[in-house]
Amino acid sequence: MSTTTAIAPKEKFLQLVEESKKQFGLADEQREAALEFLNQFEIPTTRDEEWKYTRTTKLSNEAWKWSNDHSVETIVPYRIPKLNALELVFVNGKFSQELSSNVLLDGLTFMEGATLVSNEANQNDPANFFEAFQRATTTGAIYLGTSSKVAIDKHFHIIHLITDQNAVSTPLIVLNVQANSKLSVTESFCGNTNGLTIRRLSANVATNARLEYNKIQNEGDEHYLINIDEVAIDRDGYSNLNTLTVAGGWVRNDLRIALNGENIEANLSGFYLPRNKQHIDNHTKVDHKLPHCVSNELYKGILFDSSTGVFNGKVYVWKDAQKTNAYQNNANIIAGDNAVMNTKPELEIYADDVKCSHGTTTGQLDEQAMFYLRARGMSPDSARKLLTTAFINDVLNKVDEEVVREYVIQLLVEKELLTI
Amino acid sequence: MLQIKNLQARIEEKEILRGLNFEVKPGEVHAIMGPNGSGKSTLASVLAGKEDYEITGGEVSFKGKDLLEMSPEDRAREGLFLAFQYPVEIPGVSNINFLKAALSEVREYRGLPQLTAKEFLALVKEKSSLVELDGQLANRSVNEGFSGGEKKRNEVFQMAMLDPTLAILDETDSGLDIDALRIVANGVNAMRSPERSFVVITHYQRLLDFIVPDYVHVLYKGRIVKSGTKELALELEERGYDWIKEEVEAAQL
Ligand SMILES: Nc1ncnc2c1ncn2[C@@H]1O[C@H](COP(=O)(O)OP(=O)(O)OP(=O)(O)O)[C@@H](O)[C@H]1O
Ligand SMILES: [Mg+2]
Repeated sequence: MSTTTAIAPKEKFLQLVEESKKQFGLADEQREAALEFLNQFEIPTTRDEEWKYTRTTKLSNEAWKWSNDHSVETIVPYRIPKLNALELVFVNGKFSQELSSNVLLDGLTFMEGATLVSNEANQNDPANFFEAFQRATTTGAIYLGTSSKVAIDKHFHIIHLITDQNAVSTPLIVLNVQANSKLSVTESFCGNTNGLTIRRLSANVATNARLEYNKIQNEGDEHYLINIDEVAIDRDGYSNLNTLTVAGGWVRNDLRIALNGENIEANLSGFYLPRNKQHIDNHTKVDHKLPHCVSNELYKGILFDSSTGVFNGKVYVWKDAQKTNAYQNNANIIAGDNAVMNTKPELEIYADDVKCSHGTTTGQLDEQAMFYLRARGMSPDSARKLLTTAFINDVLNKVDEEVVREYVIQLLVEKELLTI
Repeated sequence: MLQIKNLQARIEEKEILRGLNFEVKPGEVHAIMGPNGSGKSTLASVLAGKEDYEITGGEVSFKGKDLLEMSPEDRAREGLFLAFQYPVEIPGVSNINFLKAALSEVREYRGLPQLTAKEFLALVKEKSSLVELDGQLANRSVNEGFSGGEKKRNEVFQMAMLDPTLAILDETDSGLDIDALRIVANGVNAMRSPERSFVVITHYQRLLDFIVPDYVHVLYKGRIVKSGTKELALELEERGYDWIKEEVEAAQL
């Protein structure tokens, strides 16, 4: 007879780290370094300011496991039609050579493997338990680096597939966009099982370089997704980051952008359209450190049914960052009777010659407009879709690549959220 | 075409329509006048199906059907059109895309074949020139940033597109200069036919010089208190409403 005692959630994650040793390619010292943080952290709870409206209890109590399942026959259903892209595929968090394109491009360095790639990532400290866990395990990792002065005209499409129940994936993506070069990436999250994905992105955008990055999160009600995006931009650099949450059971996005030089333009936009009991949390942080930079932030959400949403937008304008233009806007429509949105802009401005603005709105679908459209013969359903489409249209328009935009619209139409 | 019997409606405990009787036959043009707040727009909204109002009594039949039972969109599809006193601005929704979607649903309901893209654009061109609406406006967001006059012309343009059998124009003349007024009136007149009826709500007799009504009614305190021919409008212009109010008060004693 054996007695089972309930194992504390933190212990279960530590056990997973132990099990990962035999499986994935991190070097021992890399794992140990992350474990030091992991041991110090606790799983965040709603008592933590950063997690005030995002519960982790359910996530923590699931019986997670590493999965080696690789039973994906084709990625065709996840392909973006008409996109001229190299595809990089992860299955249950592991990079799949077989399913991915051959990356042989002039002016581009591609690497794969946790040890190698982890060394190229930003070496800042993990911010919380989940981030430390991701670093201590790292199921798979890829690196894309441009050579300076090369504009890569191929698009990259990173696809995350989850095939197994209770599978945890902790992939890492490192981007290094060298001076005067350009890189465009779209990343699709397609978890439809009861899985957990903690994905870290570490991107460096060098002098006068350009990064266009779209995340398409389209996951099932049972899936948990954490994205940690760290983007550091140098002088004259440009980034355009779009977080497009079509669906997802429980999603937490942490996006941190450091503007480390002068004359940088950083755009960050997103929409979230949760339904049922889905929960979508966007935490963003924009750090203006030096003068003459612009940041444009636009997040929009429509919350259906009993879904919940969180937006927390931090903007720091440090003392030296004169002539900063920082704009932030978060607009929400509560479309469900039991939907709830928590939104909080946090601006801290220590420079005096700056233009900063922020606005948040949370309201209902415009009833006057609904009636107007219906009085012209439109059904409530198509009127509602027309209005929601109009609402998120300016976010969609931030996507540089037209075929990617069309693809996202198609996903929304299939989910009956949009009309075209 | 339209028969209203003893219609009573209220909003937030406030009685606005208090037993209104009114009938429109095919091809007729009726003008409704009356002091501010007498219930003209309420009548229009109730007929179009706005849900804010509570109907507390009476009946309305439209082409033999119970209008009050129908959803706003079905009323529109059946051929009722309301030109709003205050057209709604809808940022991000293109006038054309919206009309295309609306017209497609309306035609489907009426059992008419769908228009091809080419036919639709030809229709837009024809009907927008009817009210001399700048082609650019058709492509902009619905009423967003339109001048008052442009909004009213856009209403008449949409009416022409949707080809109603009964059009209610709620102060479509308000805020128009004399040229714009003439344009709007010409647009309406071009649509007059033995099958199509109009209810024109207005404060100004001058509109009725252009759109000549068969009947003129005065709505006061939620009832039609006086009806006549176009001469009544002239008389109201000259004498105001006080004499009518007095007549009503006297009758109540
Ligand atoms: N949503 C509402 N809530 C409360 N009262 C309302 C509402 N809508 C209309 N009313 C009231 O109902 C009355 C009738 O209004 P209505 O707009 O029908 O008048 P009207 O005859 O069209 O006036 P006008 O000539 O100024 O356009 C007014 O007293 C008005 O204040
Ligand atoms: Mg009115």
